[in-house]
Amino acid sequence: MTASAAQLLIEQTLNGVQLGIMLFLIAGGLTLVLGIMNLLNLTHGSFYMLAAYIGVMVYGHSHSFLLAVLGAVAGAVAVAGVIEVLVMRHLYDRDHLGQVLATFGLLLFINEMATVVWGESPLQMHKPQWLDGSIELLPGIPYPAYRLAITAVGLVVTLALHYGNNHTRVGMLIRAGASNKRMLGALGVNVDRVYAMVFCLGVALAAVAGVMVAPLVSVDSGMGDSILILCFVVITIGGMGSVRGAFLASLLVGLVDTFGRTFLPQAFGYTLGPALSSMCIYMLMALVLLVRPEGLFPARG
Amino acid sequence: MRKLTLALIALAALAVPFMGSAYVSVVGARILIYGMLAMSLDLILGYGGLVSFGHAAYFGVGAYTVGILAFNGITSGFIAFPAAVVAAAAIAVAIGAFSLRTRGIYFIMLTLAFAQMLFYLAIGQQQLGGDDGMPLPHHDSFGGLVNMASPAQFYYVTLALLAATTWLAHRLVRSRFGLVLDACRQNETRLLTVGISTYRYKLAAFVVAGAIAGLAGALIANLEAYISPNFLDWRVSGEVIMMIVMGGIGTLLGPVVGAALYIILEEIVTPFTAHWMAILGPMLVLAALFWRRGVWGMLSGVPAAARTASASVAAAADAAAKPQA
Repeated sequence: MTASAAQLLIEQTLNGVQLGIMLFLIAGGLTLVLGIMNLLNLTHGSFYMLAAYIGVMVYGHSHSFLLAVLGAVAGAVAVAGVIEVLVMRHLYDRDHLGQVLATFGLLLFINEMATVVWGESPLQMHKPQWLDGSIELLPGIPYPAYRLAITAVGLVVTLALHYGNNHTRVGMLIRAGASNKRMLGALGVNVDRVYAMVFCLGVALAAVAGVMVAPLVSVDSGMGDSILILCFVVITIGGMGSVRGAFLASLLVGLVDTFGRTFLPQAFGYTLGPALSSMCIYMLMALVLLVRPEGLFPARG
Repeated sequence: MRKLTLALIALAALAVPFMGSAYVSVVGARILIYGMLAMSLDLILGYGGLVSFGHAAYFGVGAYTVGILAFNGITSGFIAFPAAVVAAAAIAVAIGAFSLRTRGIYFIMLTLAFAQMLFYLAIGQQQLGGDDGMPLPHHDSFGGLVNMASPAQFYYVTLALLAATTWLAHRLVRSRFGLVLDACRQNETRLLTVGISTYRYKLAAFVVAGAIAGLAGALIANLEAYISPNFLDWRVSGEVIMMIVMGGIGTLLGPVVGAALYIILEEIVTPFTAHWMAILGPMLVLAALFWRRGVWGMLSGVPAAARTASASVAAAADAAAKPQA
């Protein structure tokens, strides 16, 4: 009895961490774009969706998971590059209403085009065979290898992001662009290019999440929307524009959501429980805002 | 020019049920309902500068209130409609109290997130049809006064309610209260400096907008004779903002015209292609980038930005300072 309770606890903790890491890959890019370019990008979730679709397609043709990941990221970034030049860069200096309207329009377009290209019905992607088993973490506690793998990949990407931001020339330019755009331009740096780079970097992170998650969910054109709103919750809790805040808030939201869905229905019965569990991250958000209206780790001041 | 446009629109609106079959009245009523929803959001978005991206929440709460009451056997419109308005206003108090503590992008994300919470809550209600929603057993009845099942009568009820709420909103934005709201959009810091607690004004406006949206929700539930989580979908919130911008932001009647354009366009396009969103999306991007005055702005010749900034801040400051003096 206690052994199975412990097993459930460990399993759900790992699931929560995995959800948190995936959330961070998406919310991290969103908060970067928000903090540096001051752009509220509703299209961000659509790139996550796009990567999942491209991943399914490439995997179906090549049966190589590695190719699917590379293809999905490359494809999503290519689309993002075009959209950055055509639309996004004209929005950086606009008011929030204009940004919301334009990126909402783009979102409708991309989601609809996904159903035109890949059809209305959801697609499934198989896990690669070499990750299809489960690993015994502790004696008697098996855990799906694939979930462990995507958690690991997420952590590696997060560390790479941290290193890149703090110890490379590109990271330095990005941080400089965040703190003073005009000074950076005056020093002879092509600010437009730095912004385009940040935008594509954000999309690449979301694309990694999209293609990695694809075998765990059914891939449909609306999958980006729900994750986008979850990312808003993460960013609000973490503090806008703060990557560190987004990371911690992602883990928090991932864990609270997972535990809420597992334990609240048991605690409150099957009528009230599911309602409560779908609301608990929003209640968490309201609570955080009540105490700290700027979020837990505001980026500046 | 402005009076003439108004008179022509009023005449056209009155004539709709005579223009064709019941279908025309139904589409007309839908336009009026979404027009009411857009107008209510314009009150806070256009005048207060509050970009609420969760307006579908109050619309949905209004609809679900009617649905839940009908489900429990209460189909008197005299109970159901006020209940829908009160429920939507109560939810607006709760959401507004949190969201209005923040501003800018935070406010947009928060209103969206809270609306989404209600969306998931509605999906989870299996006894109310969950994901699929459920049909209403009866239309709400207003004694023997009107027959809500008749499309033409329903249309006129909706038109009367839209006229009443728009008149109310119009009076509101012209009042001292409205001046403070308008000044919030232009320079909130200055208002705070002269000692006006903007939070209370914004919250009051937010609740009024929510209440009117709740009324629109009660109407849509009766028109469709159906409630579904689709009313709470964040796409509705986006579409309403779209209607406002298409019609002319900060003009109250402009958003109603925007709703008409949107729904008529949708009715025209959907028979030809199922992928209406693929056409609408790029239109929206272009509108956001290049076309900022809206139809009403073009018709009435008054750009929304013409309401001068500093004059109105000063007027609001004077007006609001009076009671304390």
